[in-house]
Amino acid sequence: MTQPIEVILMRELAGHLATPIFVVDAQGDLLFYNEPAENLLGTRFDETGMMPFAEWATMFTPTNGRGTPLPPDELPLAIAVQKHRPAQGRFWIRGLDGERRRLTVTAIPLQGQWGEHIGAAAIFWEEP
Amino acid sequence: MKVTVWGTRGSQASPGPDTVRYGGNTSCVELQAEPDARVVLDAGTGLRRLGVELSPDVRRVDVLLTHLHMDHIQGLGFFSPLFRPDFEVHIWGPGSATADLHTRLTRYMSPPLFPVRLQELACDLHLHDLNEGCVEVPGFTVRTALVCHPGPTVGYRLENAHGSLAYLPDHEPMLACSHFADSAEWCSGFEIAAGVDVLIHDAQYSDAEYEQRVGWGHSSLSQALAFARLANVKHLMPFHHDPAHDDDTLDDFFGAIAARPVEPFTIGAAREGTTFDVAENLRTEPATV
Repeated sequence: MTQPIEVILMRELAGHLATPIFVVDAQGDLLFYNEPAENLLGTRFDETGMMPFAEWATMFTPTNGRGTPLPPDELPLAIAVQKHRPAQGRFWIRGLDGERRRLTVTAIPLQGQWGEHIGAAAIFWEEP
Repeated sequence: MKVTVWGTRGSQASPGPDTVRYGGNTSCVELQAEPDARVVLDAGTGLRRLGVELSPDVRRVDVLLTHLHMDHIQGLGFFSPLFRPDFEVHIWGPGSATADLHTRLTRYMSPPLFPVRLQELACDLHLHDLNEGCVEVPGFTVRTALVCHPGPTVGYRLENAHGSLAYLPDHEPMLACSHFADSAEWCSGFEIAAGVDVLIHDAQYSDAEYEQRVGWGHSSLSQALAFARLANVKHLMPFHHDPAHDDDTLDDFFGAIAARPVEPFTIGAAREGTTFDVAENLRTEPATV
């Protein structure tokens, strides 16, 4: 099935930016992350491909500062998808390259031309 | 499904002695499946002559607007059925995120741009905001989807028991896909065009012109060919000719296709006045009205 044009354009925009960006569909399933995000996640998109929400939400083992795993539904992208509102969070992940990184993530819901919820996108910032 | 092309030109009408073979009127295509009704794709300047030549049997017209750029709506004010109380006219088109079709059309159909207001039209007028999905018009099931072009723009797929036609007159799928024509899932407009008998598609530029006009919302001829290949259409009708391209330029433009490898579909550039029957799948040479 062809993706909505707004999602297609979002992916293409992400592909042209140096800002790390992650794009999911209306179910939270991963559609795309760009090359700058690959550096933070420690793996190339071509290697992971699209993934169901339950898979990507745990494979990078997000934790709080004390090392406690974060429930998938508390991730900013999950909030943007499920509650249709922007969300921000700061947490640690372990990339598939084995590196632990502290990230700030801002997620926004993607609302289509006619008001339908078609997914969400998140911007990642690595904390020094 | 009888099709008549009343306007082939993109961006601006360009009548004159150097555009007589391909035509100077802007986008307008008529479809006929029932004797008393017509479906019209876009309301460019070609719409005026369509209105003049309508059969006296016709009492309902459905005008499907892809978007509201001037070259696609300028014929509305000169479409005779709008001024006749014995006509039922339905205008379908996309609203925007902040304004419905009526509000957006009123910006043109009101002073100072036009002397007659929408509410002053004599016909039985119905405006329909389109969402993605399917609608029924006389003789056809119409499927719509937003496509890549500046502002809210839809593509149309019309089907009945006799055939299918996709209409994407203003479309720049290349802009929305780095790996254009490799992936159906990530190609703007793919589902509208997939497997149709006839694809009428934007082919405004040469490749060299496209390089200077990326993001303007239009395709090159080679991009239109790639899109038709991906969509596995049976016939491609390149459309929305650039107003700066005269007949000789377009002859060269489309003549060059003959030097390319054989495509898995037939190709015939849109010419104003062409009429053909989709059910016959263009087995015969299109005639000119």
